[in-house]
Amino acid sequence: MSTVRLCHLYPAEMSIYADRGNIAVLRRRLEWRGMTLEVTGAGLGEPIDDTFDVYYLGGGQDRDQEVVAADLGPTKADALRSATDDGAVFLAVCGGYQLAGHGYTGVDGSRMPGIGLLDVDTVASTGPRLIGDVIIDAELDGVHRRLVGFENHAGRTSLGDVRPLGRVVHGHGNDGASGGEGATRDHIIGTYLHGPLLPKNPALADAVLGWALGHAGHDAALEPLDDALETRAHAVAASRAGVRR
Amino acid sequence: MQRIALDPMRHALAVPIARAAGTLSRRLGRGGGTALPGKVVLRLSPRAVEHLGAGLRGGTVCVSATNGKTTTCRLLAAALTCDGSALVANPAGANLMSGVAAALMAGRRGRPRPDRALFEVDEAALPEVVRQLRPHALVLMNLFRDQLDRYGELETVAAAWRRMVDDLPPQTTLVLNADDPAVADLGRRRSSVVYFGVDDPTVATREVSHASDSTRCLVCAQPLEYARVTLGHMGAWRCPSCGDARPAPTVRATRVSIDSTRGQSIEWATPRGTASATLTLPGVHNAYNATAALAAALTLGVAPAAAATAMGRAGAAFGRGERIRVHGRDLVMLLAKNPAGANTTVRTLLGDRDPLHLLVALNDRTADGQDVSWIWDVDYEPLLDHIDVLTVTGDRAHDMALRFVYAGLPRERVRVVENPSRALDAALAGVPDDRPLYVLPTYTAMLSLRAELVRRGVAREFWRDA
Ligand SMILES: [Zn+2]
Repeated sequence: MSTVRLCHLYPAEMSIYADRGNIAVLRRRLEWRGMTLEVTGAGLGEPIDDTFDVYYLGGGQDRDQEVVAADLGPTKADALRSATDDGAVFLAVCGGYQLAGHGYTGVDGSRMPGIGLLDVDTVASTGPRLIGDVIIDAELDGVHRRLVGFENHAGRTSLGDVRPLGRVVHGHGNDGASGGEGATRDHIIGTYLHGPLLPKNPALADAVLGWALGHAGHDAALEPLDDALETRAHAVAASRAGVRR
Repeated sequence: MQRIALDPMRHALAVPIARAAGTLSRRLGRGGGTALPGKVVLRLSPRAVEHLGAGLRGGTVCVSATNGKTTTCRLLAAALTCDGSALVANPAGANLMSGVAAALMAGRRGRPRPDRALFEVDEAALPEVVRQLRPHALVLMNLFRDQLDRYGELETVAAAWRRMVDDLPPQTTLVLNADDPAVADLGRRRSSVVYFGVDDPTVATREVSHASDSTRCLVCAQPLEYARVTLGHMGAWRCPSCGDARPAPTVRATRVSIDSTRGQSIEWATPRGTASATLTLPGVHNAYNATAALAAALTLGVAPAAAATAMGRAGAAFGRGERIRVHGRDLVMLLAKNPAGANTTVRTLLGDRDPLHLLVALNDRTADGQDVSWIWDVDYEPLLDHIDVLTVTGDRAHDMALRFVYAGLPRERVRVVENPSRALDAALAGVPDDRPLYVLPTYTAMLSLRAELVRRGVAREFWRDA
């Protein structure tokens, strides 16, 4: 039986925005196809190896994110770099996205280091938090896909030599101005979209699973599932975003 | 100087104008009009609450928490009025500054004129209400992660509460939950504190739930240890690094016997003797609410036995464990508006050992929080083996359906009915005569389902229910 191995980074500190929902989606969509997901948690001070198929880093409260930022470099950055160079998936959401970049500069000028896997940098704004429903048009594996989600961030993220995950159709995105949301290269995805991200975006979930299975050495195509509920939830979320313009 | 001279005059004019606005709103059939006069009076006189509250010589109490404000106030109101005395109180939901102002205005017309007031206050609105009202007792029960899109993160509210406590006048007694680390910490620098807690190990669970937040020490930031967890992150906590620990509560629930989803019996130990009551409210969260109410009643001079007896006669608050007879069946409305509250509801439902008929209603309006991701932080999984039929409804019914499907409930056992009225009929139709329908709504979903029950003539309007 095919198994995908996922490393959940800092499950205690970094799962404020229902991050375990994303992991539940990956698990079930494998199980419904006769495969399995094996999840390993990696907390503060725990080194990881570079053999996992998927690494997941979610969002946390400010205080927890600071603790994690200080731990990530010494205990996990090298393995993450080596694994993603080898084609492993790295999914980084909200605070996790900020830490996957070069770092985060607070309103008081303090600097929270990131691991620089994505060429992005985040600066806290004294302006309003960017909150609300989001719709973006993304391109994954050469296919256009509309994604929906909810964003809630004070940071403004600017991109260097990396492309955004998608173009903002509705909402704020990376900085409320550039029209881009998230960042992606190879099999690394950073995004502010939660809600959580995957239940209402089954096509993205399957794209991630396709990469992960490829990394695990299973190249069989994913058979389609009954996504009627998922599709309807996606449409409702998109229409809510429209209503709240 | 000018402001001081003008203020009382402004205030004297503001009250009758605001009162007229409320009367007009009711005559136009705009429902209760509970908050409108308050909004008007604050617009005309921003310090209205300070003026209006100054005459209450029997004492004022403010109650705040993420969960349990309304039920605690209902129980405490019963205790404070058990000798027949009158009380000013705000109705459920009108818990911002405007609701407090409106209640104080209405109270001045009461006969006999009340000399005590009790307010449930929104967590974010609390510091300003407390600054103006300078209450005799301030009851703080818990802080859970609530609606992130509206309040910002938990730490923002906690920090605002810490500043509020630093500025409290010396005559205010803090009534604090010893079992919630962040709440207990607020008493650190105060002399006048009454701690309450639940001390019955039989209602403890094994571990801190996923939705918990404050499991780090507030002194040294190291992870806390729990000898037992009663609810969420509440329990007998201790920091192994610096030794900070749960303060010993003086008002303690020593025995809590929960009877399925129907209610519970509680025994308390207090500095003024023991007391006991049987409540029609299920769940360990209501043991906390009742213990908080008892501690507050004692602080205002009510004897424990009298307070407990009065609390035993108070029914469930609007939508919070309320039982309504509908078309020959019992409907039990269990408000579930955030992860901690929903986890508590799940735990309560597990007390009913027969197959469960559930209607879960998820809205995403401002009062619910527009971000529905919180449902993924709720531990619904223990319910799966007990669910007979699940009906989901509300603005985001499909999100809730996905939550249960990805938890492992087969798709064919999840029924999505977007319209709440039709969902109610669909859910009721499948319930056997001798079984209740449990309804788990978010706040505005609860209001609309309850309004539907009022239209059908089976429930009372909430503004008549105060
Ligand atoms: Zn400590």
